[in-house]
Amino acid sequence: MNGPQDLGGMMGFGPVAPEAKEPLFHASWEKRALALSLAMGATRQWNIDASRHAREKIAPDQYWSLSYYEIWIEGLMRLMNERHMLEGAPRELPVLEADRVAAVLAKGSAYNREVPNKPLFKIGDKVKVRNLHPTGHTRLPGYLRGVSGNVMLHHKAHVFPDSNAHGQGENPQHLYTVRFKARDVFGNASNDVLQADLFELYLEAV
Amino acid sequence: MPHDGHEHDDHSELSPIALRVRALESLLVEKGYVDPAALDVLIETYETKIGPRNGAKVVAKAWTNPEYAAWLKSDATAAIASLGYTGRQGEHMVAVFNTLETHNMVVCTLCSCYPWPVLGLPPVWYKSPPYRSRAVIDPRGVLAEFGVVLPETTQVSVWDSTAEIRYLVIPIRPANTDGMNEEQLATLVNRDSMIGTRLAGLIA
Repeated sequence: MNGPQDLGGMMGFGPVAPEAKEPLFHASWEKRALALSLAMGATRQWNIDASRHAREKIAPDQYWSLSYYEIWIEGLMRLMNERHMLEGAPRELPVLEADRVAAVLAKGSAYNREVPNKPLFKIGDKVKVRNLHPTGHTRLPGYLRGVSGNVMLHHKAHVFPDSNAHGQGENPQHLYTVRFKARDVFGNASNDVLQADLFELYLEAV
Repeated sequence: MPHDGHEHDDHSELSPIALRVRALESLLVEKGYVDPAALDVLIETYETKIGPRNGAKVVAKAWTNPEYAAWLKSDATAAIASLGYTGRQGEHMVAVFNTLETHNMVVCTLCSCYPWPVLGLPPVWYKSPPYRSRAVIDPRGVLAEFGVVLPETTQVSVWDSTAEIRYLVIPIRPANTDGMNEEQLATLVNRDSMIGTRLAGLIA
């Protein structure tokens, strides 16, 4: 969706302002917000794509005024409310136990999948980003629409966020790192380059 | 195990968001959806075990061991896993090497994707609109704000982490470090140099 999360190339947000000797957390509640988000993710009532979509559905004026952990808490509330998890009798959920934390974090969850179909593109191919404006979740940043670049890496197939976020299955798609010239993206005189990781369904042959 | 989220008994000292998070935690514990001890372990893990010192060891090894550097280039996930850094938000790693010709810099314009096993939790600026918006359209302006001014002959190469691939920048080894061992070199590798917004060696 063309939501507040799609920030690439926007202007007016001011300087980056890195903080000298930044603490890992700026308040105690941030620690709990992080841990609650991770622990509730482990109950497997949603996937990572659904959680990203819950955050990007926050209205732009609110999203841009919240700190990142505030965005996480707002997203977590929405995920639980959508599933009516805070009402009624407790449900039987897989709960992350303290002694399992290290193993669960170390394992992570791989997103690559085997698919029968061959990739449409190979390394070096010129590709163009489709002009897509889906109303649901997508990982196609708006600033790349219509721009052509070259396939640099092929990661085989990965879970497709655009369907996975909506409970429509993993629908794995070939994933490529595509290199663009900065001047082709932003119309400037730069000799710099940028790369993005793009699913096959976002791309067409040139 | 006590944790400092609950060190203040006077609720009037807490901000609305702090109260909201506390209430949420109480509710989720009461429902049996979260184990409070697991929350403490999660926090402790990112406070003490998983952070940019991990990534610094990867970089120092790449600087001193050409075979390791080659492995990192061809299969970063496996090369990094060999040092014990695996899992959440680092399942699919790519290492990008800075040279005099190319300076790499990583961003996630769409959210806050970041290689947790090697760098830990991202700093606030990495997750905030100024960096996410400008890193792609004005990378040299962003670098200047970090005190990094590159010659025009060095190409800036920005990596927007839009899927589940996570990028680790291998900065250039600082000059006059020939006599240093891996452990000493790791102290020269600051977090931001592995995101690509600073150079190694500037901040010990």
